[in-house]
Amino acid sequence: MSQRKIIHAALVGNPNCGKSTIFNNLTGARQHVGNYPGVTVERKEGRCQHRGVDISLIDLPGAYSLVAYSEDERVTRNYLLEEEFSEGGTRPILINIIDSANLERNLYLSVQLKELGVPFLLVLNMADIAKKRGFEFDTHKLSQCFGVPVVSAVGSKNEGMDAILDGLLQLSEQFESGNFSPEKPEWLDYGDEIEAEVALVVEKMGAARKTNFELKIRNPRLDAIWRRWNAFKLIEKDDEILARWEDDGVKKQALESSQRLEETMGDAVEVLLASERYRMISCLCAEFVRSPAVQRRHFSEVLDKLFLNRFLGLPIFFLMMYLVFQLTFALGAYPMDWIDAGFGWLGDTISSWWSEGSDSMLKSLLVDGIIGGVGGVVIFLPNILLLFFAISLLEDSGYMARAAFLMDRFMSKIGLHGKSFIPMLVGFGCSVPAIMATRTLENRRERLATMFIIPLMSCGARLPIYALLIPAFFPVEWSGTVMFLLYFIGIVLAILLAKVLRTTVLRGETIPFIMELAPYHVPTARTVGIRTLERGWLYLKKAGTVILGISIVLWALTTFPSLPEERAEKIASAVQLSDEERAEALATLGDGAAGASEEEKNAVLENRLARARENAVSEGALEYSYAGRLGKAMEPMIRPMGFDWKIGTALVGAFAAKEVFVSQMGIVYKVGEADEESEPLRAAMRENYPPLVGFCIMLFSLIATPCMATFAIMMRESGSWKWAFAQWFGLTLLAWIITTVVYQVGIYWNIGTKLIGGG
Amino acid sequence: MTLTKATDGVKTKITSLEATHALRGKLAAMGIVPGSEIEVVRGAFHGAYIIRCRGAEFVLGRGLAHLIHVEG
Repeated sequence: MSQRKIIHAALVGNPNCGKSTIFNNLTGARQHVGNYPGVTVERKEGRCQHRGVDISLIDLPGAYSLVAYSEDERVTRNYLLEEEFSEGGTRPILINIIDSANLERNLYLSVQLKELGVPFLLVLNMADIAKKRGFEFDTHKLSQCFGVPVVSAVGSKNEGMDAILDGLLQLSEQFESGNFSPEKPEWLDYGDEIEAEVALVVEKMGAARKTNFELKIRNPRLDAIWRRWNAFKLIEKDDEILARWEDDGVKKQALESSQRLEETMGDAVEVLLASERYRMISCLCAEFVRSPAVQRRHFSEVLDKLFLNRFLGLPIFFLMMYLVFQLTFALGAYPMDWIDAGFGWLGDTISSWWSEGSDSMLKSLLVDGIIGGVGGVVIFLPNILLLFFAISLLEDSGYMARAAFLMDRFMSKIGLHGKSFIPMLVGFGCSVPAIMATRTLENRRERLATMFIIPLMSCGARLPIYALLIPAFFPVEWSGTVMFLLYFIGIVLAILLAKVLRTTVLRGETIPFIMELAPYHVPTARTVGIRTLERGWLYLKKAGTVILGISIVLWALTTFPSLPEERAEKIASAVQLSDEERAEALATLGDGAAGASEEEKNAVLENRLARARENAVSEGALEYSYAGRLGKAMEPMIRPMGFDWKIGTALVGAFAAKEVFVSQMGIVYKVGEADEESEPLRAAMRENYPPLVGFCIMLFSLIATPCMATFAIMMRESGSWKWAFAQWFGLTLLAWIITTVVYQVGIYWNIGTKLIGGG
Repeated sequence: MTLTKATDGVKTKITSLEATHALRGKLAAMGIVPGSEIEVVRGAFHGAYIIRCRGAEFVLGRGLAHLIHVEG
């Protein structure tokens, strides 16, 4: 079988140039997201086919320049150096995506690509917008200037994709057959002074010992280009490149040249070079771009007059946030009911495989452990998907940038960045994708602080706990308020904690805020869809793996070791009905109590006694199990918060995954199919704990321990287990302190301390 | 004068940037270099400045405007 040809290609371009849209268009679902080694920047790879040729495509992070001021740019730059110049490289053909409405700035990168001597295809994307604004391009001239093919496209409308692939194939062939000329064009001239200094450095390189860095170059034709490029970087004082050159002669010359230029031309070297590049670009553009005399007022400006209005801007922002949450909760209710019914049916069906009242362990495992555990998670999936959908919509339309800016003033007061607000918003769904979303923050300390406080954004997993406890302890009219109160407390704590972190452990200056206000555009279904599913998938994966596993482990912990027969009997026989209980049982006979027969009375009392005995045995069994013993051991620590050992065992489970708390309580109170809608469980809670404790449970869950999945992702994204541990420990401690205070104050002032359930 | 003194709608040119190496590089890559012509879209807006440079709009916040010197 003949070998299928594979072409390697990579998409490069500015952030916001529509690169990812095109990547999605070309690869569809055949993408894979991973990581570049050592950094948290995402590596997106995909495949596609064109005219019988396989194409392996990489979507490189957006970069304004190859001078590498951010991690994204560093990754792009290093990828190019590795792949294009070293022995084992794949020599990808680059596809340079350009936002045609911002040609000059986008060409800044293209010029640098040309300097590297690598083959690339110029794609004038967003051609429709450029046209609407009145721009006209002479693509033939542009192609001549850069010596590369030029293609037009409109990524958002999926137009031009074939042309791009054709161009790619054409370029690849050219390159393979040696017909591609990497030499620098005439117009690429930095002016006499700079060129002279560069020549000096290159000369020194010729005489230098070959470094490891240089030895890797495989193509001698690129030698001169390589040296020139490196010379520039050395003069520019690029740390990474400086580190790789070992020859002192070369470095000394670079330093001299650098200083000389700064003195004679009166500005920092990197600024000089940047100015020169832009000068070249301006000249070039004069040749092949016709700009409209007056740029037509575009739609974006009009919208910004509203969204960035001095007075209306912030109110509109809050309105948007309110709408997002409304959407999430209101719309989410319907599918939630379906899923609930679905799992309920599943639970019933499986239960029916055993005879009524059977005590089978397997049945218990399946129904209580697994379905209870996993079901509790999946039921909130609609809510979470809707939240992610709303966020993606806002991101893709361009509004998020404005929102980040509006939030920045406030965020910087607590030491965070305007961009911190987006991960925090995602955190209301699930901490895992939220922590990953902090990758856009360039400053490490701002990023760490943001990641640290994300678990305080009441995530979707806590909803089952609220859904169970709020109706159990509070009157219906209050439910909205209590929930809002909890969310609010979380946010306030997050703000305070951020401030504290940034003034102590993570102290550092806030970096200035520069952000491009990309024009608004209609979100594309594909982009928004992919983004939503990406994030939602993480949540679901957590359910399928962590929670499933934990549910089983916890079920085992609460079932084993099982109570020996004799002990069970001993407990049962010790149970006597109290006077209250007798009276209560007799009361169920109704008005006819006085006239009821002895038999009827006995029957009712027997029933009640049997039930009491059952409960006592259940409790005994739980106490006897590992989970119970763990809970009992914890009891002294959690007593100040008003918790007993039963809550303790449930909290242990909650560490693994918050959703598990509810099903755990269900197991504790032997309420079979316990989910957050379970009335029997609510009744059980009411009977055993006062409202104050109910509130304290929710408070503790809100502040404490992120779940295991959060711990894991924190470890990965912060780069060390220490931060993850600090977060786990710190938040748990904070939760303990605050809940204890609240409980003790409540006891002291007698708020909510009376049991509202049955005796 | 610094950018903070410029008023809305004014078109001017950048003369120098008083910033750290990294920051200057970042600005440069976005096209904000000495010699660039800019238009002040919105000044002193929630503590930030919105400028247009080479066809794109940028928000410069947190005192960045104090570090940018322009003509006029």
